[in-house]
Amino acid sequence: MIKAILIFNNHGKPRLSKFYEHYSEDTEQQIIRETFHLVSKRDENVCNFLEGGMLIGGSENKLICRHYATLYFVFCVDSSESELGILDLIQVFVETLDKCFENVCELDLIFHVDKVHNILAEMVMGGMVLETNMNEIITQVDAQNKMEKSEAGIAGAPARAVSAVKNMNLPEMPRNINIGDISIKVPNLLSFK
Amino acid sequence: MALKIVKGSIDRMFDKNLQDLVRGIRNHKEDEAKYISTCIDEIKQELKQDNIAVKANAVCKLTYLQMLGYDVSWAAFNIVEVMSSSKFTYKRIGYLAASQCFHESTDVIMLTTNQIRKDLSSPNQYDTGVALTGLSCFVTPDLARDLANDIMTLMSHTKPYIRKKAVLIMYKVFLKYPESLRPAFPRLKEKLEDPDPGVQSAAVNVICELARRNPKNYLSLAPLFFKLMTSSTNNWVLIKIIKLFGALTPLEPRLGKKLIEPLTNLIHSVLSLFIVKYLGLLAMSKILKTHPKSVQSHKDLILQCLDDKDESIRLRALDLLYGMVSKKNLMEIVKKLMLHVDKAEGTTYRDELLTKIIDICSQRAYNCLWYISILVELTRLEGTRHGHLIASQMLDVAIRVKAIRAFAVAQMATLLDNAHLLTGNTQRNGICEVLYAAAWICGEFSEHLEEPMATLEAMLRPKVATLPGHIQAVYVQNAAKLFATVLRGQEGAPADSTVAQETSQLLIDRLPLFVQSSNLEVQERASCILQLVKYIQKLQQKDVEVAEEVTALFAGELNPVAPKAQKKVPVPEGLDLDVWINEPPSGSESEDEGRKSKGKAVFAKDESRHTKPRYTEVDEKELAKRREVRKAEQANNPFYIKASPSSQKVRRHSVSKPNPSPSFSLRLWMPMSDQYVKLEEERRERNKADKKKKKDKKKREKGEKGRRRRGDSGPESEEDITPAHMVDIVTEEMPENALPSDDDDKDPNDPHKALNIDLDNCPLMDYQVVVSVIFENKCDSFIKSMEFNVLDSLNSKLQRPDGAGPHDGLIVPFQLPPGISNEARFIFSVQNIVMPQKLKGTLTFIVKTDDSSTHEKLDFKLHFTCTSYLITTPCYSDAYSKLLESGDLKGCSLKLEGVNQPFHHLLARICFHHHFSVVERIDSCASMYSRSIQGHHMCLLVKTADQTVSIDAKCDEPGLLGNVLDEIKLTFSQC
Repeated sequence: MIKAILIFNNHGKPRLSKFYEHYSEDTEQQIIRETFHLVSKRDENVCNFLEGGMLIGGSENKLICRHYATLYFVFCVDSSESELGILDLIQVFVETLDKCFENVCELDLIFHVDKVHNILAEMVMGGMVLETNMNEIITQVDAQNKMEKSEAGIAGAPARAVSAVKNMNLPEMPRNINIGDISIKVPNLLSFK
Repeated sequence: MALKIVKGSIDRMFDKNLQDLVRGIRNHKEDEAKYISTCIDEIKQELKQDNIAVKANAVCKLTYLQMLGYDVSWAAFNIVEVMSSSKFTYKRIGYLAASQCFHESTDVIMLTTNQIRKDLSSPNQYDTGVALTGLSCFVTPDLARDLANDIMTLMSHTKPYIRKKAVLIMYKVFLKYPESLRPAFPRLKEKLEDPDPGVQSAAVNVICELARRNPKNYLSLAPLFFKLMTSSTNNWVLIKIIKLFGALTPLEPRLGKKLIEPLTNLIHSVLSLFIVKYLGLLAMSKILKTHPKSVQSHKDLILQCLDDKDESIRLRALDLLYGMVSKKNLMEIVKKLMLHVDKAEGTTYRDELLTKIIDICSQRAYNCLWYISILVELTRLEGTRHGHLIASQMLDVAIRVKAIRAFAVAQMATLLDNAHLLTGNTQRNGICEVLYAAAWICGEFSEHLEEPMATLEAMLRPKVATLPGHIQAVYVQNAAKLFATVLRGQEGAPADSTVAQETSQLLIDRLPLFVQSSNLEVQERASCILQLVKYIQKLQQKDVEVAEEVTALFAGELNPVAPKAQKKVPVPEGLDLDVWINEPPSGSESEDEGRKSKGKAVFAKDESRHTKPRYTEVDEKELAKRREVRKAEQANNPFYIKASPSSQKVRRHSVSKPNPSPSFSLRLWMPMSDQYVKLEEERRERNKADKKKKKDKKKREKGEKGRRRRGDSGPESEEDITPAHMVDIVTEEMPENALPSDDDDKDPNDPHKALNIDLDNCPLMDYQVVVSVIFENKCDSFIKSMEFNVLDSLNSKLQRPDGAGPHDGLIVPFQLPPGISNEARFIFSVQNIVMPQKLKGTLTFIVKTDDSSTHEKLDFKLHFTCTSYLITTPCYSDAYSKLLESGDLKGCSLKLEGVNQPFHHLLARICFHHHFSVVERIDSCASMYSRSIQGHHMCLLVKTADQTVSIDAKCDEPGLLGNVLDEIKLTFSQC
């Protein structure tokens, strides 16, 4: 079982947190901090697996982490999951994000955390891996987005326009915090077919 | 209408949405907390509005704030509101928020049951999907119980998207509501062969999670998984299956042999990913434990894996190699490993290699010469932490194997001579530990040294002082031993005595360095030996031959003693180790006495508990006598109702229908007392046979646990049931009670313990209830082709003939002419009797008039009250009081006001409607007893005074008791 999925940036700011076991909000923040501390002090070239922090069950659980440009993706799992399988799942997750956001960058995650949640929900459900096939995930996400659009209909149009205007006069929103060239940095060693 | 919506949306388009919130927080880096608190105030305002879109927007923002660590549980009710929106967009926002912040103690969760049920059956697959996803995060035991049936239905949904989610969420349901596992399992098993790979993978996932905790219950699925493993192309599924087999192989030795081939294929296959390689190796190491031979043949393949670029795979391969070393291949494997030691990067892996090599050799090295040279070679390893290990191995071999001592000593002498190579950077280099062994071996077995003088010189080099204290100490001590040997050699030779004196001088020169050591041990030894040598030198100067005496200082050989040697020494005859040699002083005795008596008290209490059932050790004659007495008692008991079908009528349903033509009445009938006893006896017989066959303790404990689960009544309370069972209990249950249970140390809160259900013996869990239905034709037409059908719930199922599907109806075996009634019986299997249940059903039939016939349908509900699971069971007053004393029963009470019936009528009503029997009656007070079909005891104490009836009740299943009491209350409120 997956216990938690965390995404935070190089400074430890949470960009997504999904806990599949209940913790109080305070504990959740402590876990994020502790995990960031554990993960960030490691070199780039050491392996992606380490033992979980004390707050989330200690050595019973493993942290599987991957660092892409400015973001850390960390999955906390128990002994029933294969480390390498999860590592691949992170890859699938990131590639899916990349497809859904068209060249994903940290800003996408910052402003659309709800969408990231929706994508994740098609991959992992209640801590169990639901789908590992990227095409299937994207198909389902797209279908739901389409439904959302059709529901918004005419009524949604003005809101969208306003949102576009709001975004227009935003000098501080350059897409410079790019998540990086995923396909180059992480060659598709082990994509599931 | 559309205009209104547009207007509404224009109103709110200037509301802050999630993006605005995020942007705002980013713009208020200095006073983030303050900014967020104003945002929260805004959100609170938004939540007060009626517009669901505004609410959804607010909830969406709250979800983000929750991630930042703000408690948003105050908005739980609003979240539920958004969840129940009919629009998918909002629904999804609501469910996401719920999945992030709802948990078991969120009280509004109870309100969601119906909404979730509605969403689960929504025609839109994404509504269902979103509900399932949300539910998977916040499912509670109550939700699991109430929705299990709906989710089970979804497992057979036409859309694979729903199927896979439904299958996956079942695991969560099982965890929260273990009772659902058994009924759901067959369908789950079916899904392993679902045409959709996603569904298949979900089913594999769930079963792997289940099997990981209780593998033995899933052994029977092994062939199916075997098939999947060879046919599946989904790597995720493969990983899971290999993991599963890892858990199963220890339990089923035959599995190992079968697995080897497909696993090797996986490793071989060029296409296979290194993940699978890793797991394949992992699984092989598990097989190795049971089938060393079958793994042996793949030695080369595994050796290849040592070259893998992935460290994890190398470590796995190493583990495997360790297990498969034999006499024949030992040298080859170690040689190969030694090569790897040289190549290896990273200290962790190298240390791991080193320990493995030593482990392998220490257990199986047959060629000690070769082993010593390996050990010496290993000392070249820099930076290892395992110098100590190597040292102890060297000592071990040198001491135990006399034949190789000469060789070992020679090697060690070389080591000492080259000590500077090892001690390059002493402090962080653990390898210098080896010198400890080297020094000791050279000293102790110095007679084998070729050039003792050179070694002695090497041991007294000033550089030695940089070594850790305990090594220096050994150096000093063994320098003395060497010195003795050297002296003997020099004095035996006809050379002049000055050589010997020079040797002494060497020591006198060098030792003061050690005398100054800060390590006490070194200092002490050094000063002792220094004084000794000075004395010897004095004697030498007087031309006294001292060699003999000096050697005598170190005479005698140290023999290796096995760690368990003491145990093997037989105690000499006449020696009693437990007898006092001196009587202990009186003070401690009294204390000891006190402790003893305390211990006794505990034991005595314990004993009384165990002896309780002993009164049941009565012979058959006595039993027969008792039975007679009981029968007589029953005959005289006006409240005792004998088990005859007519008296067991429970409830009459009259179903009226808008169409006035036919009607029929239902009669629930529970004539189970006989069947149940038979079933129970059968089960016991079977258990007995099982146990006799396999004296396996574990098996027995499992049986016992299974039984305990069923009724929640420990064997202790079962001991007090009717005499008919008692003989059985004494012979079967007591010894089990006495055995310590393996499960004691397990965490009682582990949810997986409850899931340890033997899935292969389903019938044992089911209890049958026979329902007798009276069909009465009240119309003027002829009725035929009646078909009776009931929608199964998780808990209760209509028993259908073999081969019939779960939705097929049962044909009523008669036709009804006008005005005629007839009775048909249907059997239901029931698992959980704690809750009353309502089953929906339909009766379809053909109404035949003279010229036409029409097909009609009649819906009805079957109400299974908790009372209907009780069987009138007589109980002795002594057994009854024992039962109450046992303390296993939990109490509950009820007060009925304004009952103006004579007391005996009241009792008769309870007996009649609720299947109790009177145990004892004194004036206006009576004790009553009944038993459920699953063996729960239920005791009532009924008292009456001034039209008020109070009932104190006790039962080992509080849920059942509460429901029965409610039903009793209902009975009296109706009259």
